[in-house]
Amino acid sequence: MTECVECGADVSLHDGIEIGEIVDCATCGAELEVVDTEPPVLETAPELEEDWGE
Amino acid sequence: MRVNVGILYSRIRRDEKLLLNELRDRDHEITKVDVRKQRFNIADPPEALVDVDILVDRCLATSRSLYATQFAEAYGIPVVNGAETAEVCANKVKNSLALQKAGVPTPNTDVAFTKDAALESIEAFGYPCVLKPVIGSWGRLMAKIESRSAAEAILEHKETLGHYEHKVFYVQEFVDKPGRDMRVVAVDGEPIAGMVRSSDHWLTNAAKGAETAEAETTDEMRNLVETASDAVGGGLLGIDLMETGVESGEPSDLTVHEVNHTVEFKALNEVTDVDVPARVVDWLEARAGARSETAEVRT
Repeated sequence: MTECVECGADVSLHDGIEIGEIVDCATCGAELEVVDTEPPVLETAPELEEDWGE
Repeated sequence: MRVNVGILYSRIRRDEKLLLNELRDRDHEITKVDVRKQRFNIADPPEALVDVDILVDRCLATSRSLYATQFAEAYGIPVVNGAETAEVCANKVKNSLALQKAGVPTPNTDVAFTKDAALESIEAFGYPCVLKPVIGSWGRLMAKIESRSAAEAILEHKETLGHYEHKVFYVQEFVDKPGRDMRVVAVDGEPIAGMVRSSDHWLTNAAKGAETAEAETTDEMRNLVETASDAVGGGLLGIDLMETGVESGEPSDLTVHEVNHTVEFKALNEVTDVDVPARVVDWLEARAGARSETAEVRT
């Protein structure tokens, strides 16, 4: 469990979380990027860029 | 054989996670390289890349993918997909030219550099036709143009979008597909599995919410996939195909509309019995193994 940087609500993280993964805050819906796992640290995820894709 | 696999990323999507889990299950060493934190010198590789046996480009941003793969090749680090493949696949103009040159059926396309010339192309194709951004993915900024007035408005808007690439007008015939298209994921032209993507919308990208189901890879598809893969330089690719001939009854032929070089495969993995990440890692192991054998022969 860690804190949403947008709204401060608790965000529960699943086992095996990876640095670079994106999780959604269930309270405010913000997209959060996992920047560390031990202990878990979340930052606001970057906005979609025009050249993203496959 | 244990290899050090570098994963070049900026976001770990489910696709990357599937790959990481498969690599860990096989006890490979993994070097996760966040491309946003790297500095690429023209002579010396970033420290993070020094020990990798093979680098897998999973950059979410096309611009980063294009440059990072060129740097990797300059450093002599094997990278999949290679810079040439990225260069061709990232750009719809180059993609179309490569497919056409290889004799792969692909939708007829014009490129024009001014609004007036683009309008002439649109009128020549007739309505509806399609206007696509030269660089872009997930079905974004795709326009199905159904009238001259819509064409004029869209072209005017594109001219004001800012980036010079939006002034390269990529105009394509509209393919009246039967509410679906096909995605085949392949490694060096060998299909891993295929899926059909269905939607009531004219765009059938999985990213746009299309329904997906496994599709049999027919001999015709297999041939087209192999030729299309060769045309863009090979690698781990997503080849998109549409059925044609709907207007005259049943679909009769196939056309390849694009080849994707940082292919997402999570949707395919969900609908097929094939273990897609396992097949991808099989291929990575073969690639890395072939390189180390070559290196041993040289020493």
